[in-house]
Amino acid sequence: MINCILAGVGGQGTVLASKLIAQTAMNRGIKARTAETIGMAQRGGSVVSHVRLGKDVHSPLIPLKSADVIIGFEPAEAVRCLSYLKTKGTVIVSQKAIKPVTASLSDTDYDGNEMLEYLRSQVSSLITVDGERICAQCGSSKVLNTALLGAAISAHALGISLEEMERTIKEKLPSKLVAMNLQALYTGAQGTSKENLQ
Amino acid sequence: MKKLLTGNEAIARGAWEAGVVVCTAYPGTPSTEITENAAKYKEMYAEWSANEKVALEVGLGASIAGGRALVAMKHVGVNVAADPLFTFAYTGVNGGLVLVSADDPGMHSSQNEQDNRHFARAAKIPVLEPSDSQEAKDFTKLAFNLSENFDTPVMLRITTRVAHSQSLVELAERQDSELKKYEKNALKFVMIPAYARRRHVAVEARLDKLREYTEATPLNRIEWKDTKIGVITGGVTYQYVKEVLKDVSILKLGMSFPLPQKLITEFSRKVDKLYVIEELEPFIEDYVKSWGIEVHGKDIFPGIGELLPETIAEKMGVSSSEKKALFKAAESAALANVEPPIRPPVLCPGCPHRGLFYVLKKLKITVAGDIGCYTLGSLAPLSAIDTTICMGASIGTAIGMEKARGKDFARNLVAVIGDSTFIHSGITGLINAVYSKASTTTIILDNRTTGMTGHQDNPTTGLTLKGEPIKEVDMALLAKAVGVERVVIVDPFDLEKLETVLKEELAAEEPSVIIAKRKCALLEKDKVSTPHTVSAETCTGCMRCMRLGCPCIVKDGKKVRINPTQCVGCGLCADVCFSGAIQKEGTSNG
Repeated sequence: MINCILAGVGGQGTVLASKLIAQTAMNRGIKARTAETIGMAQRGGSVVSHVRLGKDVHSPLIPLKSADVIIGFEPAEAVRCLSYLKTKGTVIVSQKAIKPVTASLSDTDYDGNEMLEYLRSQVSSLITVDGERICAQCGSSKVLNTALLGAAISAHALGISLEEMERTIKEKLPSKLVAMNLQALYTGAQGTSKENLQ
Repeated sequence: MKKLLTGNEAIARGAWEAGVVVCTAYPGTPSTEITENAAKYKEMYAEWSANEKVALEVGLGASIAGGRALVAMKHVGVNVAADPLFTFAYTGVNGGLVLVSADDPGMHSSQNEQDNRHFARAAKIPVLEPSDSQEAKDFTKLAFNLSENFDTPVMLRITTRVAHSQSLVELAERQDSELKKYEKNALKFVMIPAYARRRHVAVEARLDKLREYTEATPLNRIEWKDTKIGVITGGVTYQYVKEVLKDVSILKLGMSFPLPQKLITEFSRKVDKLYVIEELEPFIEDYVKSWGIEVHGKDIFPGIGELLPETIAEKMGVSSSEKKALFKAAESAALANVEPPIRPPVLCPGCPHRGLFYVLKKLKITVAGDIGCYTLGSLAPLSAIDTTICMGASIGTAIGMEKARGKDFARNLVAVIGDSTFIHSGITGLINAVYSKASTTTIILDNRTTGMTGHQDNPTTGLTLKGEPIKEVDMALLAKAVGVERVVIVDPFDLEKLETVLKEELAAEEPSVIIAKRKCALLEKDKVSTPHTVSAETCTGCMRCMRLGCPCIVKDGKKVRINPTQCVGCGLCADVCFSGAIQKEGTSNG
C-alpha cells in the first residue's frame, strides 16, 4: 500500500496531479482511492489531496502518521501536512514559497526558508525541487505539478514508472499541453536534490 | 469494465444506467459535478435550474409525466427545495425520483453543516447513504426502483468525502428508459386539503412498508468479527471504521431512514458494547436510545465538523506505537515553534470583485452580503462585508436594516449579490425593496458566470448546461420591470466612476440597482496579458496597494513587488498607487 498526500495552494494543480497518480496506478492494475479539496479553498487557500494505492484501502482519507510520501507544492503547505507523514516517510517539496496575503499584510516575513529548515530537521528523506526553475525552463508556471510528480517517481515514492506516467499524461491531458508537461515530468525527475538521505 | 470515478461521477453514471431522462440541479459544492457529468450523456436532458426549488419542481414534473428524474443539490439547497419536497412526499411519483442531498460536514465550502437526514425524516421519505463510488452508483440505481416500488421520492444522501473522492466502479449498460403511462389523477397529484388528507394516510402506510423493507434489505448488513464491540455506522464513516477498527463487528446501514429496529436490536444483543459512529447529528443514536438500547455515540464522538479516521481511532482507544509517535511529532513541532502561516482563500488575481470591495471599504459602507466568490470580500484586508446568511439574503437583509435603523442608516448601506444568486433568489428581495418603499442600493456583481462552484452557466450568461446558446436575462431591464427606476451599469475596474455612481445611488431616496459588470478573471485565463511591475525607485512604501488584498503583490523589505507569473495585468494596483510606481511591464515612467 502507498499513501500519498499532495499539499499545495489552490490553483497549483494538486487535483490534476492526484488524478494522474491514481489513473497511472489503475492502468497498472493497482487499486486506487483519492480525496480532493474542491470548492472555496480552490481560490488560493490551502488544499490537500489524498491518494491511496493498493489493496485493503478503505478510507479515502489517509489517517494521521500513515503517509509514505508528502508531495509539497509549497514549503509551508508541506509542513502543515507533516502530521500525516509516517516515521521515515519521504517528503518531496518545491522550494518556492507562496506568500499568503495575510502574511504580506502583517509583519510576518514569510519566505519559506524557515519551513524548509524545519522539514530538514524533521524529515529523514527530503527531496527539494527547484520548481520555479523547471517551470521557467518549460515555459509555464502551470507545470509545477508534473515536475513534482517526476521528482516523486524518480525517488521511487509512488511505485510507478516515468514511462507509465508519460502514457497517462498523453491519455489524459489536452494534446497541446502534453509536450510541455512531459518536459516538466522528466526535468523534475532529474533536477532534484536529495537531502538528508541517510 | 471498471473505471476510477468520483462519487459524483458515479451518481451521474448510475442515473444514466437507470434510464433517467431528466436531470436538474442548482450548482453547489459538493454536488455540482453530478449534473455536470449527467450533461455529458446525450440520452439525458440536463439543466441548471434557476434555483433548487425550481430544480425539484422540474424533476417532479418529469416524474409525474412518467420519466425518471435525478435532482441534485447541496445540503442547504434542500432548504430552498423543501416546499415542493414535503408535498411531493405526499403525492408520490410516477417515474422514479431521486433527490441527491450533498452534505458538507466540516463546511469545506458551506455556510452551515446541517444534517439532511433530519429532512428525510420530517418529509417521511427513505434515505440511502453510499460509502464509496461503487455504492454511489449502485444505490442511485436502487433508489429509482425503491422510488417506483414504494411510490415515494428517495433521498440519496452523500457527504463531501463521498462526492469528491475517487474509487473503482464497475460499469453497466443503460437500461430501458421507456416512459410510464401518464394519466390525469387529481386524487394523487392535486394536493387540495380533501385529497391531501387521503395522501397523508398513504404516506404513513408507505412508511410502515418501508420499515419492513429496511429490516430485510441487503443495504443494511452485519459484518461479524469479535463481538466484544459492535459498531453501527454508515456513509463514508463506515470506511473510516473499517480502516481503523480491524476487529469489531459492524452493522453497516446503507438505508438510514427508516431504520431497521429489529436488526439493530438483534445486533445490540449479540455484542458486549454497542457504539453508533456517525458524522454530525446523533440521528441513528437517538432512535437506538429511544428503543431502550444502551449505546455510546455523541458522549464520545464530536457532533461538530468532519469525523476523521484518527478521531475514531483515538476515541475508541486504539493505541499503537504509531500513535504515540504522532504525539511526539506534534510536541516537537510545538517545541520548535514552527507555525505555517495561515492561508485562507482569496479573490483571484484580476478578480472584478476586488475593485468594488476596495471602494466599499474606503467609503466605510455597511454591506449586506450574499453567497458566492464575492463572499471572500469579507476577509482581510478588504474586510468589506457585514453579513452573509444564505443564497439571496443580501437584499432582504438590507431592507430590514433600513426598516430598523431608518433612512439615514440606509444612505450608507448596500446589498451585494452575484448574477447567479440574483436569479436564484435575489429578484424576490428586489421586488420586496420596491414594494416596501425601501431605498436599498443593490449591487449586482455580474461576472458572467457562477464562479465559486467552478464556472457554470446560468440564465444571465447566454448558454445552457448543454452549451446551447439561449437568450440572456437582461438584469437591467428586469430591475426596471419590477419598479426600480435607477439602474446603472458600471465597470468595476473603473474605480473613479464606481465611487461616483455609488455616492449618487446611496444618496437617492429610492431603490437603485448598480450592475458591476466584468467577466470573471478565470474565464479570461487564455488572454495574453502583460504583468505590472513596481519601480523600486519610485515606490514610497505607502502600502496602499496592499489594501487590495491581491495575492500577486508581496512586501519586499519596506517596499512592494509584483509576482509576474501570477499577475494578469488588471491594473487595479496601478490605479490606487499615489506615486505612479506601478506600471505595465515594458512601459516607463512619465
